[in-house]
Amino acid sequence: MSQQDKSQYYVPAQSPWPIVGACAFFLIAFGAGHMVADLQDPQASQWGSLLLIAGVLVLFIMLAGWFKDQINESRSGLHNRQLGISYRQGMLWFIFSEIMFFAAFFGALLYLRVIAVPWLGGDSNNAMTHAVLWPDFVPQWPLTETPDGTKTQAMGYWGLPLINTVILLTSSVTIHFADLGLKKGNRKQLSSMLFITILLGIGFLFLQVEEYIHAYQDLGLTLSSGVYGNTFFMLTGFHGLHVTLGTLFLLVMWLRIVRGHFSSENHFAFLAASWYWHFVDIVWLCLFLFVYVL
Amino acid sequence: MNSVASTTTQDTDDHGPAKGIKRWLFTTNHKDIGTLYLWFAFIMFLTGGAMAMVIRAELFQPGLQIVEPHFFNQMTTVHGLIMVFGAVMPAFTGLANWMIPIMIGAPDMALPRMNNLSFWILPFAFTILLASLFVEGGGPAFGWTFYAPLSTTYSGDSTALFVFSVHIMGISSIMGAINVIVTICNMRAPGMTWMKMPLFVWTWLITAFLLIAVMPVLAGAVTMVLTDKYFGTSFFDAAGGGDPVMFQHIFWFFGHPEVYIMILPAFGIISTIVPTFSRKPLFGYSSMVYATASIALLSFIVWAHHMFTTGMPVYAELFFMYCTMLISVPTGVKVFNWVATMWRGAISYEVPMMFSVAFIVLFTFGGFSGLMLAITPVDFQYHDTYFVVAHFHYVLVTGAIFSLIAATYYWLPKWTGVMYDLVLAKWHFWCSLISVNLLFFPMHFIGLAGMPRRIPDYSIQFAGWNQLISIGGFAFGLSQLIFLVLVIKACRKRGAVVNHQVWDGAKGLEWQLPSPAPYHTFEKPPKIE
Ligand code: HEM
Ligand SMILES: [Cu+2]
Repeated sequence: MSQQDKSQYYVPAQSPWPIVGACAFFLIAFGAGHMVADLQDPQASQWGSLLLIAGVLVLFIMLAGWFKDQINESRSGLHNRQLGISYRQGMLWFIFSEIMFFAAFFGALLYLRVIAVPWLGGDSNNAMTHAVLWPDFVPQWPLTETPDGTKTQAMGYWGLPLINTVILLTSSVTIHFADLGLKKGNRKQLSSMLFITILLGIGFLFLQVEEYIHAYQDLGLTLSSGVYGNTFFMLTGFHGLHVTLGTLFLLVMWLRIVRGHFSSENHFAFLAASWYWHFVDIVWLCLFLFVYVL
Repeated sequence: MNSVASTTTQDTDDHGPAKGIKRWLFTTNHKDIGTLYLWFAFIMFLTGGAMAMVIRAELFQPGLQIVEPHFFNQMTTVHGLIMVFGAVMPAFTGLANWMIPIMIGAPDMALPRMNNLSFWILPFAFTILLASLFVEGGGPAFGWTFYAPLSTTYSGDSTALFVFSVHIMGISSIMGAINVIVTICNMRAPGMTWMKMPLFVWTWLITAFLLIAVMPVLAGAVTMVLTDKYFGTSFFDAAGGGDPVMFQHIFWFFGHPEVYIMILPAFGIISTIVPTFSRKPLFGYSSMVYATASIALLSFIVWAHHMFTTGMPVYAELFFMYCTMLISVPTGVKVFNWVATMWRGAISYEVPMMFSVAFIVLFTFGGFSGLMLAITPVDFQYHDTYFVVAHFHYVLVTGAIFSLIAATYYWLPKWTGVMYDLVLAKWHFWCSLISVNLLFFPMHFIGLAGMPRRIPDYSIQFAGWNQLISIGGFAFGLSQLIFLVLVIKACRKRGAVVNHQVWDGAKGLEWQLPSPAPYHTFEKPPKIE
């Protein structure tokens, strides 16, 4: 596959895509900044949202263009082993940064549950805080009644969350089989297993939407119902976002596989997608444990 | 597939850069990107500096003088944000881009296109941040640490812009750090083993790890601020079961490693320059590596030394106090090693060495005031006074910034091919050295005497020192214009042409390259002895 001498390096030529990407980020950040600030004001003009949408479009154009170049290079054998390793390491560090992003929210959950809420109830050296501020407040987790009296119901783990756990775990297995298929050169196994994985991903998202509807309509559990609702929706929400991106990522891989891309040696993009999917799975397991079960 | 191959050419022939603006917009060359980073950082340094001048002008005399308190708060906030995220960090990243591939014998960074993206996000991010100053109600005014509830309940409409600009800065830093780490792990020339790597490379490797670990946490913190302010969450609001102190925990879990992100590469620079001009190998190379690694690890368990006065339980205060003091052990190892390197060396004081020696003395000074602050009961008096401001400006200005200036004086001839104006350089050094101490040393006194930080007015007994501080501040600001002139002159190749070995005692691959370094280097891996 590598037509190049190992001792030679590969340095890509100038590319317009990075700066297009930077513009996209600018439009997204500037647009989102205005949109969010104008939320409370119904009379505000909509240009913030328009910029945001434009930014997302430009971002997708950038990604398409960039990856098209990348795919062409890869398929014409310009990439060598060293570059493959760079991509792999880069992807692993990217996943590590994602783990740390979730860690911030898991850390908040832990702090709120173990420290902040008990302290509001007078724990540690906070007897006066409790007595003076909210003497009627009962610390408990899930926090179904906040100090200022917002009430909600907790989300159990039976039903949808458990089904979703099973779905994601299964999808981890199916993508593993897809991977095995690729390594064995069994493309039928590869594409069918990957397709099942994508379906499972979509199924998960669908059920998650159901769960949110249930939370808002039946349980009165919303993003703004105190720290229980905050952590619940932020953690599951960001996870859902990652499932969405992961599913899109897998979908692109599937489309490429149908067109005959990837071989048992040259398949970094597929590998990255499957790593990402496993990562999303593991985050869900932590979520299921800490947000739902415990 | 042939048509494909012709559109994506391989860029390894030794042709020069593209022409015009496209060179800079589309570049994948680590030297171009390094140059962009460095110039961007310098411009931000001057912008943030201008804001510091506003602050010092207001504080020249007691009483409200020139600006509104609210505008004053915006100036302290944006000054801090710009200096941290716009000046110091990008400048180090610029140096990393320029030097790391050369130092390890690689042709370029591992992921050159992503490298370009990391840079170009920054000008946009800071455009947003600066633009937010013009929003109705003003820009961010809650301090660079954006504590809740200042940034949630009491902040203005520009907060969302602030949040999203920090988000994209974070994306830029994370991508930059991934690039550095992968370059170092995967692109070293054969024979460049771990323990042969120059210390600048080592310190940046560890810095990159810190960046990838904590920038996402900052993203989490700003996200929670955003949802608390605009979407009804109560992470930092006790009424909903949250806790404003939790904000400080999350922020400083990022924030303390962040200060090491700004000083570890400086350690690498000083460890490069001191041996060159002492004409001796670095004393205790491997202990430097281990010290850097242990500083980085410890930096994750000291964050609450910024929060001693928040009413943490006593065992927590003690834990964070002892851990903080523990960090000074590896830091002390470093200072010891630099001094031991100079001991009995054939020292000559070229400009980079002058700044390095100033660094060693003045950074150590900042370390000592840090130790004082680390003593919990004592910090109850010092916290949120000018003593803290003195501490972190000693470690950041005479530490990080001095190391950046030293690095520029060290490598500028390699970048441009000419020696810069030595007379101006010496003026720059002495003016900076004197004014920076005029500026920050008296802050210790007024801090100990109780002058609070981030207040536009003060009680009259502090008037004398403040006047002196302001004069020092203006002088320091003006001194940096000497540097600007000097760098511009060097970039326009005004000066004596230098050969490849600019400094006779300098070791390392960069000195085997011609000066200025060619656009593409090491298409074939060099041999490392
Ligand atoms: C010997 C090492 C050090 C020790 C023991 C130390 C200790 C401390 C302590 C205890 C504080 C909190 C003071 C307070 O708010 O009451 C502090 C603040 C600070 N330190 Fe250090 N420090 C050290 C080195 C550094 C270095 C190397 C840097 C950066 C390059 C740094 C940057 C800062 C900054 C920016 C703040 C103030 C943050 C703020 O509140 O705005 N420190 N330091
Ligand atoms: Cu700290």
